[in-house]
Amino acid sequence: MSGARNISAALRRARVPRPRIVLRPALPQTPLATAARSFSASSTVRADKQIKYTSDAYPNIKRDPKFGELTAEDVAHFKELLGSQSAVVDGVTTDATDDLELFNSDWMRKYRGHTRLVLKPGSTEEVSKVLKYCNERKLAVVPQGGNTGLVGGSVPVFDEIVINTSRMNNIRSFDQASGVLVADAGVILEVADQYLAERDHLFPLDLGAKGSCHIGGNVSTNAGGLRLMRYGSLHGSVLGLEAVLPDGTIVDALSTLRKNNTGYDLKQLFIGSEGTIGLITGVSIICPSRPKAVNVAYFGLESFEQVQQAYLQAKGQLSEILSAFELMDGRSQALVHESAGMKYPLEGEYPFYCLIETSGSNAEHDMAKLETFLENVMGKGIVADGVLAQDETQFHALWRWREGITEALSHLGGTYKYDVSIPLSDLYQLVEDCKARLTEKGFVGDDDSFPVRAVVGYGHMGDSNLHLNVAVRQYNKEVEKAIEPWVYEWIQKRQGSISAEHGLGIAKREFIGYSQNETMVKLMKQLKALYDPNGIMNPYKYI
Amino acid sequence: MASKLRILVPVKRVIDYAIKPRINKAQTGVETAGVKHSLNPFDELSIEEAVRLRENHKNKKSPMEVENILALSAGGPKTPDVLRTAMAMGADRAFHIDVPESADGGPEPLTVAKMLRGVVEKENINLVLLGKQAIDGDQGQTGQMLAGLLGWPQATQASKVEIKDEAGTVEVTHEVDGGIETLRAKLPMVITTDLRLNEPRYASLPNIMKAKKKPLEKKTLADFGVEDKRRLKTLKVTEPPARTGGGKVEDVDGLISKLKELGAL
Repeated sequence: MSGARNISAALRRARVPRPRIVLRPALPQTPLATAARSFSASSTVRADKQIKYTSDAYPNIKRDPKFGELTAEDVAHFKELLGSQSAVVDGVTTDATDDLELFNSDWMRKYRGHTRLVLKPGSTEEVSKVLKYCNERKLAVVPQGGNTGLVGGSVPVFDEIVINTSRMNNIRSFDQASGVLVADAGVILEVADQYLAERDHLFPLDLGAKGSCHIGGNVSTNAGGLRLMRYGSLHGSVLGLEAVLPDGTIVDALSTLRKNNTGYDLKQLFIGSEGTIGLITGVSIICPSRPKAVNVAYFGLESFEQVQQAYLQAKGQLSEILSAFELMDGRSQALVHESAGMKYPLEGEYPFYCLIETSGSNAEHDMAKLETFLENVMGKGIVADGVLAQDETQFHALWRWREGITEALSHLGGTYKYDVSIPLSDLYQLVEDCKARLTEKGFVGDDDSFPVRAVVGYGHMGDSNLHLNVAVRQYNKEVEKAIEPWVYEWIQKRQGSISAEHGLGIAKREFIGYSQNETMVKLMKQLKALYDPNGIMNPYKYI
Repeated sequence: MASKLRILVPVKRVIDYAIKPRINKAQTGVETAGVKHSLNPFDELSIEEAVRLRENHKNKKSPMEVENILALSAGGPKTPDVLRTAMAMGADRAFHIDVPESADGGPEPLTVAKMLRGVVEKENINLVLLGKQAIDGDQGQTGQMLAGLLGWPQATQASKVEIKDEAGTVEVTHEVDGGIETLRAKLPMVITTDLRLNEPRYASLPNIMKAKKKPLEKKTLADFGVEDKRRLKTLKVTEPPARTGGGKVEDVDGLISKLKELGAL
């Protein structure tokens, strides 16, 4: 059989894009999570350009004087505490600017902090000792996983100490019968999924950054991703957590039980709290069986009206096997075509495209259902044209048309990203209104004299979650002012969410009022004050 | 007199190339039950090329019209899946030669070549386009044997196929060590396809629907006067020895001590 595999390798080289190429090169085994942010590879144009400091971009945010200043004694203490030389990146007593840069800035090159110290504890106990010390000395910290966030939540603003989870990367246990996986926070999502794949299970979360992001970071930001529609949110699949509070208390809620109605479900507080009340060190999560049969179809549609009809039909006819229903507009697909140079799957061009994935246990049953559905939507004229992946190669190639959008946009310069949840019927109206607004102001155009290159919309139709992306040639205050807060007001009018899955971080912090009322924000602040009285956890962000 | 092309495209249903094959417990072959199967990638290229020959004539880029494209596959009860794919891509009709499924990749190349000779004669075929090999057995012999049995010219591992005139002169380019070689022959002929030939299309939904209505006939080896005789016996199938992985070190000191340990320093 080795011959056959050689041919396969040749095939791969010859015409197959690497399966599921995503935001940026995925380096699943990299010991340094942040090292995987090899963003510069795809942005040679801007590689030499320095990223603006977040503190300059947000002049109204001032360093809180209550926080302590790092001293050489602090660093010596941490070095002794963590032992290993590789656990401390010291910019206080040595010059480590280049090494720190990886931890100071995000992959979008949008946020940049001034940290002078990175700590990489190797165990929960070490995290506890570090936090206890920081709390006593009132040293502010930023918990950081793979640093793949989109709202600047995982990079410092001023001189906060970065506590990176990359050295906590062991899978602790897996129970075949219940499907419960217990793992350290620093395990890379793709590594966890590969581990589960060998055991016929699947991590119930999948997203573009899976080759770099840490599962602890996924949980603390309540990441949504591509298959939320099928497997639900992390609030449901995470069964237990281990976290460390700022005073060093280890919260051991690492339950592997499906049911446990004994008292407040405190782990839920940490899910989506973006490291503001504690640092997650371990996760227990229930994983479904890996589907044996997966199919992908890709459609072209003439109107958003028809996209909605197709979605209704898919829900009705594919119900339990439907695992993704993704929407991409024509412009986004044109960008993927331009940047990746792939041949369009369909002959004609359409204003809307959808990608449907089914996952089930029986290939024949699934195919029969899918074919009935396809005949139906084609017959009724809901779908103008479409293709069905005939093999794995085509399966991955079709997914690239959806997953490659972020990458394609990153080649173009900057992107203003809005991740919103609005009722389905209004979902795409936002993109059209935004495009009309920016065009009217004379910002949108094909040559370099226009700041905006394209306004595109795509997203998780199945979760009423739209990504409105405004691709710009450079980040530009004028454009930003034209979009914000207009876009948030637009969403507020429709009772939508201004951040469906990306979270608040620093980018959306001041806009929380558009999606949460005063009482809610007040309750959140009380919780924050209760668990983090000194406010050292991920300051200047969230709420 | 200008004749038309009647193309035969033999295809095979194999384990999807993206799937890692596993050896069965009895060590007689690879595990096929419950494993995703697809059309052999080289056969996909053959079908695409046949369909392009038809389109090229319609676009006046090829002097010969394609009268018919016949897809054919020998295998078990799931074989029609790949034939439907072939027809969705553009083949006009298909023959399913019913052969029991087996772990060793099915009938031997010579048997297949004899069967194809029978089909060529009965169906009055003048061009056979077939993949240079199937990725399960990797034997790469069928095309050449068929050309030998028929006494037809053959061009293997084509990276470009061009019909030059109405009389059926065909020019085939293929890659050889250190360059490319151009061959010219007259129909009827046998051509085997290689990766560089084209980029196969997706099966579109309307074409998948249409393919369901295209004729698919079930035949047996006996219909073409052939028997599934085996000359070779598979004694044992085993995995290649596993590679030993590398190790990770914590830091520079760890690296130095590791190198010392291995005697490199």
